[in-house]
Amino acid sequence: MIKAEKVTFDYERLDEEGNVESTKRAVDGVSLEVRSGEFIAILGHNGSGKSTLAKHINAILTPTEGTLWVDGMDTKDPDRLWDIRQDAGMVFQNPDNQIIGTVVEEDVGFGPENLGVPTEEIWKRVEESLSAVGMLKYRRHSPNKLSGGQKQRVAIAGVMAMRPRCIVLDEPTAMLDPHGRKSVIDTARKLNRGEHMTIILITHYMEEVIQADRIFVMDDGRVVMEGTPKEIFSQVERLKELRLDVPQATLVAYELQKRGIPLPDGILQKEELVEELCRLKSKM
Amino acid sequence: MSLKVKNVNYVYSEGTAYEMTALKDVNLEIPDGQFVGLIGHTGSGKSTLVQHLNGLIRATSGKIYYNGKDIYGESFSMKELRSKVGLVFQYPEHQLFETDVLTDVCFGPKNLGFTKEEAEKKAKEALRMVGMGEEYDASSPFELSGGQKRRVAIAGVLAMEPEVLILDEPTAGLDPRGRDEILDQISLLQKERGITVVLVSHSMEDVARYVERIIVMNHGEVRFDGAPREVFRHYRELEEIGLAAPQTTYLMQELKERGADVDTEATTVEEAADAIAAWLRKTC
Repeated sequence: MIKAEKVTFDYERLDEEGNVESTKRAVDGVSLEVRSGEFIAILGHNGSGKSTLAKHINAILTPTEGTLWVDGMDTKDPDRLWDIRQDAGMVFQNPDNQIIGTVVEEDVGFGPENLGVPTEEIWKRVEESLSAVGMLKYRRHSPNKLSGGQKQRVAIAGVMAMRPRCIVLDEPTAMLDPHGRKSVIDTARKLNRGEHMTIILITHYMEEVIQADRIFVMDDGRVVMEGTPKEIFSQVERLKELRLDVPQATLVAYELQKRGIPLPDGILQKEELVEELCRLKSKM
Repeated sequence: MSLKVKNVNYVYSEGTAYEMTALKDVNLEIPDGQFVGLIGHTGSGKSTLVQHLNGLIRATSGKIYYNGKDIYGESFSMKELRSKVGLVFQYPEHQLFETDVLTDVCFGPKNLGFTKEEAEKKAKEALRMVGMGEEYDASSPFELSGGQKRRVAIAGVLAMEPEVLILDEPTAGLDPRGRDEILDQISLLQKERGITVVLVSHSMEDVARYVERIIVMNHGEVRFDGAPREVFRHYRELEEIGLAAPQTTYLMQELKERGADVDTEATTVEEAADAIAAWLRKTC
């Protein structure tokens, strides 16, 4: 679905005459592959390059060096730009910057309308997309009366209406309350499981990535860790070095290990921890 | 000496078709030096409430007293109130506008009438308080990382030497280490300088870890008000109003349901680990 080969990206800083004064390497030789239908999470501290990398997936940015392919299309090929953007949709952090329609259903229809989809088909897609994100009953509402979580789900529906094969979510929950956060993540999971949509989620909330298929951890423009959530989160110390965190259940397990309780590494969810603890207790 | 809110009501667009009650009979007293967490879902009235505390919004009815003085009284200086009750908005780094860090932080004290030298002294102190070293004084705010920019913005408010510091989601969008650094600094200021801190947050884990008192807003009313352990005891009711308890509360509840005799009121990771270790070591 997505393949990156030694992708490097430099931000250029221009002086007043427009000459390149200095460059800053934001992505540094990243090679990775995402298979169709995978749920991928990208973690990394502020400034680690994860958003810059994400912007390559729908060709907002193109590599300074190296190549990135979406469904076999080179993102540097200007003739394929619109195909790439239709294939890989993107949802950003601030819901208020992404919604343009005055009525929810119009906003969702904006994408397919721009693609020249026939009117009847647009309405069909609008209905399908809104029901997939659980927002169908708000179709005639004004977006500015919705909560943050609801707005993000409308933004996701807007991307879905373009029938992409992949959605990149760049910190979609950073501005939301707990309820809104949960509704957005549940929606992303549902699209992945139900519609086999490839999902790439960038987040600072460790609890949100527990059920990802694979996690990439970025630091200084490079992918420094890669693996299943279990593999990644069993390295508590390493993650702290990278300015990251682990899920709360993992942290409690880690604290218990420090207190001499023999628990296995890589506990991610509270259910697992409860099981392990009850087992330990019964042996005592 | 305290902030006192008495029977405060606030109605947006009163008398029009868009009339909406944002605050309903709010009564609160925040004593000097307290670290308070203010939580509530999007639209619950928490931002409206904090804007009342420094006089940015005037209550439709009711009174607010700062150190015993009615802030709506004729002889009361709103300007002084705003320098004593500092408000850090969401994403405050969007409000940085000067060419270098030091000048930006000087803006507040200069506006309060201090000379250039005095303003610089206060600005430097404030910058060190948030952990920004001298080497950044001459940097452009736009060269800094997200977490650094946010610290500079907080320093801009601290330079006015407020007695009360209100922060509206100061860690949204920061990586876990950036989040810890900012909250640790604020906590230190509260302890060492005796500043009253009101932290508006969507993260129950952060609130559980730092504050001594939680105020829960729902539909413009104060729903719960108490120590974290007392408030999170009502986790089911919190869920009903779009909130949640920290992950550890759920972990402890689940252990209890499985028959473990543990202290279910542990709200931080350390408390949870201690409670579980104590339970495991208890001989039946």
